[in-house]
Amino acid sequence: MRLITYSRAADAAGAITTVSSDPTSDFLAGGTTEIDLLRQNVLTPRRLVDINALPLTGVEQAPDGGLRIGALARMSEVAASPLVRERFPVIAEALESGASPQLRNMASMGGNLMQRVRCPYYRDTASPCNRREPGTGCSAVEGFSRGHAVLGTSEHCIATHPSDVAVALAALDARVHTHGSRGEQTYSIDDFFLTPGHTPHREHPLEHGELITAIEVPSSPVARRSLYLKVRDRESYEFALVSAACALSLVDGTIADVRLALGGVATKPWRAHRAEGVLLGAEAGRESFTEAARVELADARPTANNAFKTGLAQRVIVRALETLTANGRTS
Amino acid sequence: MSVRGPSLTERGPGLEERGPGPVPVTLSVNGAERELEIEPRVSLLDALREHLDLTGPKKGCDQGACGACTVWVDGRRVLACLTLALSCEGREVTTIEGLAGPDGELHPMQRAFIAQDAFQCGYCTPGQIMSAVALTAEGHTRDDDEIKEWMSGNLCRCAAYPHIRAAVRAVRDGT
Repeated sequence: MRLITYSRAADAAGAITTVSSDPTSDFLAGGTTEIDLLRQNVLTPRRLVDINALPLTGVEQAPDGGLRIGALARMSEVAASPLVRERFPVIAEALESGASPQLRNMASMGGNLMQRVRCPYYRDTASPCNRREPGTGCSAVEGFSRGHAVLGTSEHCIATHPSDVAVALAALDARVHTHGSRGEQTYSIDDFFLTPGHTPHREHPLEHGELITAIEVPSSPVARRSLYLKVRDRESYEFALVSAACALSLVDGTIADVRLALGGVATKPWRAHRAEGVLLGAEAGRESFTEAARVELADARPTANNAFKTGLAQRVIVRALETLTANGRTS
Repeated sequence: MSVRGPSLTERGPGLEERGPGPVPVTLSVNGAERELEIEPRVSLLDALREHLDLTGPKKGCDQGACGACTVWVDGRRVLACLTLALSCEGREVTTIEGLAGPDGELHPMQRAFIAQDAFQCGYCTPGQIMSAVALTAEGHTRDDDEIKEWMSGNLCRCAAYPHIRAAVRAVRDGT
């Protein structure tokens, strides 16, 4: 592992000023991605600014009935919050389906949104990778791509976004609050994650040294009846092949409100707007669910290795919707 | 996206930068203050094993996948391989060596692992036990499915999983 220097920030201003003014420095939060990639020479900061002592913790109810999650709240703390479990079960389920208990005790919520892709070529410094070294090419397009994305891809990158909880946050229209040299900013979760396009190395709109301070989830009564369905190669401790975050409410058998987002199949947490458009106002049932799933995956661009994801994603969507409407979880 | 004016960033002094060479560090490990000189890049795992001779935490994968390095920091189970030692200043670190009582009496979970034959080669065992004690305190021992899920961050290449679960159940049930 390369040499680094270490600073511990006592306040957000010091951390932001330090990292903003030094392109060779990075924030250190839970470290579960950062230290791993540093050791593999994928990330090469000269200096780490430890932000773990900053008062950016807590999981609180916002005045509007929504949720405010401190950027340094740990995944395990958020998942255990009674408020989250009762009002936003999809968030708790997504969190507890990710990583392992030890990693969830370490990983911060802000860091979860900033985590890097798990594409093996990104993590292998001997392989060309546009995300790690812009302009070198994408090894996955013609390489081993079973776990890669079928939605939101470009010829320059097909890496899947690995987060589970970000999928739930995408379904619920979360907002990401930051502080940086430009002041305070708020991003919709959809604007926060970028598809690769021609610039796969740009994963977020944040400037260097811009620090996530909180994640806000607006009040959404529909989220009380929600779930996270994750399909993967192992029963636990594995990234999604396909996942769905879903919330739904019925009035007399008709879908009155619905939120749907997909994980494991796209280059960013994928809000399924097309499927929602089919479902909203439709009669709940296999017919509308299947049509919604078909429409959402219509533009899927699979590789030679991951064509199964297009069909699997549709089945996961249908099962998530059937589960929500069948077991009394809908009102 | 909404934008407000600069606020937090207008103040803030430069931060002290330590390293990259060895720097003095005080770590509280198993109830004792330990002083050492390490580079900031040194993981908690390497600090414990190479500098403090606490070789209970094991280096399996060194990339956060196997759980053999599981220790507690401020009472919570974490992976020592992905933790920088410097980030643990001011926090309490507990390793498998800190589980036994002052007279050397083994922790009930250690005794249960022996009684239930919950290991073969033993390499993953310190991490398994640190996780198992934490899991019990967290209250995730309702049934075997829950134990499995909440022990999933600790791999056992000998596949002693059924006996590990039996040890957890024995401690849960006080048998």
